[in-house]
Amino acid sequence: MLHEKQQISIWYFIGILVLIYGVLILGAGVAELFAPLESPRVLAELHVGIWWGALLVIIGGIYVYFFRPGRAA
Amino acid sequence: MVIIVIYFAAVLAIGFYLKGQAETGEDFFLAGREMTAWIAGLSFLSANLGSLELMGWAAAAYQYGILAAHWYWIGAIPAMLFLGIVMMPFYYISKTHSVPGYLKLRFGEPSRALSAITFAFMTVLMSGINMYSMALVMKVVLGWDINFSIWVSSITVAIYVALGGLKSAIFNEVLQFVLIWLGALLIPILGLIEVGGWDNLQARIAQNLGSGDYTRLWSTLGSFTDNPMGIHWTGIVLGLGWVISFGYWTTDFLVVQRVLAAKDLRAAKMAPIIGAAFKMMVPFIVILPGLLGLALLPVKLSGEAAAVAAGGHSYNEVLPLMLARYCGPGLLGLGITALIAGFMSGMAGNVSAFSTVWTYDIYRALIRKKASDSHYVSMGRWCTIIGVLVSIGTAYLVMQFLSIMDYVQALFSFFIAPLFGTVILGMLWGRATPAGGFWGLLLGTVSSIAMWAWVKMDPSALSIIALSSNAKDMAENMYRALWSWIVCVVVTVGVSLITRPLPEKELVGLVYGCTEIPSEGHLRLSERPMFWAGIVFAAFVLLNVLFW
Repeated sequence: MLHEKQQISIWYFIGILVLIYGVLILGAGVAELFAPLESPRVLAELHVGIWWGALLVIIGGIYVYFFRPGRAA
Repeated sequence: MVIIVIYFAAVLAIGFYLKGQAETGEDFFLAGREMTAWIAGLSFLSANLGSLELMGWAAAAYQYGILAAHWYWIGAIPAMLFLGIVMMPFYYISKTHSVPGYLKLRFGEPSRALSAITFAFMTVLMSGINMYSMALVMKVVLGWDINFSIWVSSITVAIYVALGGLKSAIFNEVLQFVLIWLGALLIPILGLIEVGGWDNLQARIAQNLGSGDYTRLWSTLGSFTDNPMGIHWTGIVLGLGWVISFGYWTTDFLVVQRVLAAKDLRAAKMAPIIGAAFKMMVPFIVILPGLLGLALLPVKLSGEAAAVAAGGHSYNEVLPLMLARYCGPGLLGLGITALIAGFMSGMAGNVSAFSTVWTYDIYRALIRKKASDSHYVSMGRWCTIIGVLVSIGTAYLVMQFLSIMDYVQALFSFFIAPLFGTVILGMLWGRATPAGGFWGLLLGTVSSIAMWAWVKMDPSALSIIALSSNAKDMAENMYRALWSWIVCVVVTVGVSLITRPLPEKELVGLVYGCTEIPSEGHLRLSERPMFWAGIVFAAFVLLNVLFW
């Protein structure tokens, strides 16, 4: 993707990072369900951490899959 | 904290991964000229999204309302499209390494030396200011020690840029661009949910401030006294939309360097157009949070000095405060990472551009003219580290003399506006001579500094420079930039007409009319840069009408 040389795509790096972040944020969001913060944030009832974390997992997963090393561009 | 540590590990990993691919000067300073349009375009924009850009313009939106969006729309989009369509062919075909390098080819060594030295000075200064503002946020939001923040982030940038050169900077900038959006996007989404939509936001601001002027883009610009910025539409259109914007986006090497790394001319033309499309959307994560802060924050923010004196919060903290309002652990970490990413992308942009200009336009041009390519690459690596150290020194200087922050925009306009006059005449007017270019650039810069000093010594001069005694700092900067550009153009034209022009054969590849631009006739419509530039421009017009 970046150029013709055999090289890991920057989009693959981004996918991995976003995937890891998604898992961490989703985990923190789920943990908050069971142990709410002492001083809850505004709109805490929307459980933003859960759906934002899930979105990151999906985006990260897509990038990791499509830009994985060895897959033809 | 885990999220932030992972981020640092990722950017360093990219630097080490790319270490072996920056062996020649072309690799190190121009990323091998093999970037795709998307990579170059996102990096082009990301280098501009420093922490000052993110937090500073959110703060400006809190102070001046939606008028701050002018810096993203009329203050950026036309210039970025102009760079892509009109100017990029000359930069790219001339195969220059830098903007001062273009001036050398077009106007000779004196013009290059003048622009290279002023650019190097401005770059390390801006980098230091960026660094200080980031450290301040880390202190406010995370309680981190300012020294710790400055040294850890700077050393990380120094390592990954020194290892992989421009390629490493560009790849990390693309990564940082994604993180900035993922980390900052939640604030406007949640803010609009809380306030109940755009109409309710306008109503709430009007109720809080007793004025509806904060959410109008153009309709309050008929008079200096009708809007929060104290500016007239002529200042926005001519000063910002023409001189400052075109000066920054088309001649500031910090951003132009990213496009020079494109793999071919079409990619080089498309990169600024892709950058412009995303730039148009940045107000959603920067300006809108500032406006939401006006409507929703229970505390009133003030200037830096007043906030320090009263122990309150300053305008610059509006973005972190909004982040803390909605985000718990995890998401807050991502938001902070977005701010750190913004800082690091801005700083990497500064140091990689500084390293190139120092090595090619100062060291090789004035100090050591004939050395091996590997010697210059080695100099580039050392310069990256030295540039970071000088920036750290500047950050500490800013910490001691906070008033420097107030002069950033002014300093910026000293050099950028006249440089734009010189470059645009050089590209579009074959009759411009080396003497005309040099004296226009020099006198344009001197006149800008002189106007600034005049107003400082005699505040009544404001009504002459900025056309109104009600003009605020921003407005003064706009008009001063416009006058200094006019001085530059008039001097360049005048001197050129009384000096001998260069023969036409020396202008090939440098000047419109003397350069054959490759035709795009064989490309499909959807592959033509002009087609996409037209779409972006139409969207730009629509946005201005919608928020008129």
